[in-house]
Amino acid sequence: MPMIKIHQEEAQDHDELIKLCPFGAIESSDTQLQINSGCKMCKICVKKEPGIFEFIEFEQAEVDKDLWQGIAVYIDHVEGDIHPVSFELIGKARELAAKINQPVTCLMIGHNIKGQARKALEYGVDEIFVYDKEELEHFKIEPYTAVLEDFINKVKPSVVLVGGTTIGRSLAPRAAARFRTGLTADCTILDIQENTDLDQIRPAFGGNIMAHINTPKHRPQFATVRYKIFSAPEKSSEYKGNLTECDICTSKLGSNIEVLEIRKKEKEVSIEDAEVIVVAGRAIKRQEDMDMIHQFAESIGAQVAGTRSLIETGWIDPKRQIGLSGRTVKPELIITCGVSGAIQFVAGMNNSAFIVSINTDKNAPIFKHAHVGIVGDIYEVLPKLNEKIQGLAQ
Amino acid sequence: MNITVCIKQVPGTSEVEVDEKTGVLKREGVDSKMNPFDLFAIESALRIKEQNKATINVLSMGPPQTMEIIKESFMMGADAGFLLSDMRFAGADVLATSYTLSQGIRKIGDSDLIICGKQTTDGDTAQVGPEIAEFLNIPHVTNVRKIIEIADKDITLEMDLPHSVEVVKVKYPCLITVEKDINQPRLPSFKLKLATADKDITVYSLDDFEDKNENNYGLAGSPTQVRRIFPPESNNTHELWEGDAEHLSGKLHNCLNEMKFTGGK
Repeated sequence: MPMIKIHQEEAQDHDELIKLCPFGAIESSDTQLQINSGCKMCKICVKKEPGIFEFIEFEQAEVDKDLWQGIAVYIDHVEGDIHPVSFELIGKARELAAKINQPVTCLMIGHNIKGQARKALEYGVDEIFVYDKEELEHFKIEPYTAVLEDFINKVKPSVVLVGGTTIGRSLAPRAAARFRTGLTADCTILDIQENTDLDQIRPAFGGNIMAHINTPKHRPQFATVRYKIFSAPEKSSEYKGNLTECDICTSKLGSNIEVLEIRKKEKEVSIEDAEVIVVAGRAIKRQEDMDMIHQFAESIGAQVAGTRSLIETGWIDPKRQIGLSGRTVKPELIITCGVSGAIQFVAGMNNSAFIVSINTDKNAPIFKHAHVGIVGDIYEVLPKLNEKIQGLAQ
Repeated sequence: MNITVCIKQVPGTSEVEVDEKTGVLKREGVDSKMNPFDLFAIESALRIKEQNKATINVLSMGPPQTMEIIKESFMMGADAGFLLSDMRFAGADVLATSYTLSQGIRKIGDSDLIICGKQTTDGDTAQVGPEIAEFLNIPHVTNVRKIIEIADKDITLEMDLPHSVEVVKVKYPCLITVEKDINQPRLPSFKLKLATADKDITVYSLDDFEDKNENNYGLAGSPTQVRRIFPPESNNTHELWEGDAEHLSGKLHNCLNEMKFTGGK
């Protein structure tokens, strides 16, 4: 059992020592200094006052890492339509596998999916294992976990990478708990050491801090990664990998979940949840000019929002107003088109991860907040940009 | 029916910084609050109780001050509070936390339905719910956006997927994690605050659990280890592009391609 031991004889100024802990886990009772259950084992106290606080090491049972080989990727799909995050993970898996000279394997679970499974091979996978059964047509947690468990026992991968999709975020923790191993969610950087320990880096505390995490004594090492973090490798129709069909006993595929209905969702997304937003500002002269904004937004998967002046014209729904009298947004990317940048507006979008602003006035206040400021007329830049994006799409 | 809601106390603000030299968290005071996503879980339980006979247990893990958020749940209408508090739980990662909570749920007794929030605002992993379900060997459904029907033996739910909605019927016992759009949580009631001021909160330690092996809890039971923490690279880009429309649109197009915003999906 690891613990933090306090050398009471050295602990003089209790009031000062209590302040060492950012979690308030050091307390003073009678003459003794104590650690309470708020302790996160962050060892800050040990670092700051090594003479008083001592970390007592412990031995966790260690696995034989040589028994666990290769990087596995879970192929996420809905009715055979593979989510692109899976290809991005294959790209990262190949990079990691090359460093330790081990294979990349994939797992795909579903019904009538063999044709789709071959697609993964085109991205340079050594072997894809396919469990194709009627009982696996819909995602249900118990049978899917049973299959993932079966796959892991068969292949014994050192690392299992899963996309941070709705399905992945449900399946990965379940399987990790079954193997009593570690799972690091939403990694943004992955690397691997010679001994196959996975270096996992993820944002914590709402992205204000990055944490570097290892799973040094357990296998397999689970990590989930969100879409658009890594890059998919080039496809090649001349692939060498194999497709292996696997079977699993139907008795293992029982479920207490019954899927009654699946229906397409109405596309309404609130701007607060949007990852990408295009904002129209006062520079828009006529209602029909909004077409160019909508076309641009659609081509990059963005939601359209507006400043107060455009809401007042009635060209944009009031639910889509950004600013102090509207909504506050924090997307990955926001592109403001013809917005001058009044403080009431900026307050509603200033925390966006990446801000691009297009405005004719070089001295517009919006440029103080933009990561990229584009001095130009939206009536000239946007139509040309739309043409270029359409060209790519065709 | 018995409903257990899992809640967590989180820092009152996400504006924490890390000291670049020492790698230590800079936190002013210990201001904390209930994880906002858990309010939707409590509200879901309360709404079920309004239409069915139900007892709502609230369960949390943490130091004694965690009782504050359990008291807050009493003010919303929860029936009983349980706190898992033990020095030996310290330093738990997702696996050890989930295992500890699952042991707590077993100790409380038969729960038909366990409700968790979508995720926490400090850990942000959304993994604890599914892992608890695994340790209890019961099915789970994540991203629940609507509870359609509560029947004697099962519950019918709408699960929110990115492009579709799946309607599923799940037998009890089961665990669900709820989306923040599922309802509008009520505010704590002053009347209930007075009525529940002396209400007891049951505290369990490791010694109360079925599994008393210390190595399954806290830091010892945690497969993941945080090597170090460090501040993220701040985005200090600050460029101003000038030129004709052809040049500007080309440059922006490249920028969007690089950031992978032009590929669809």
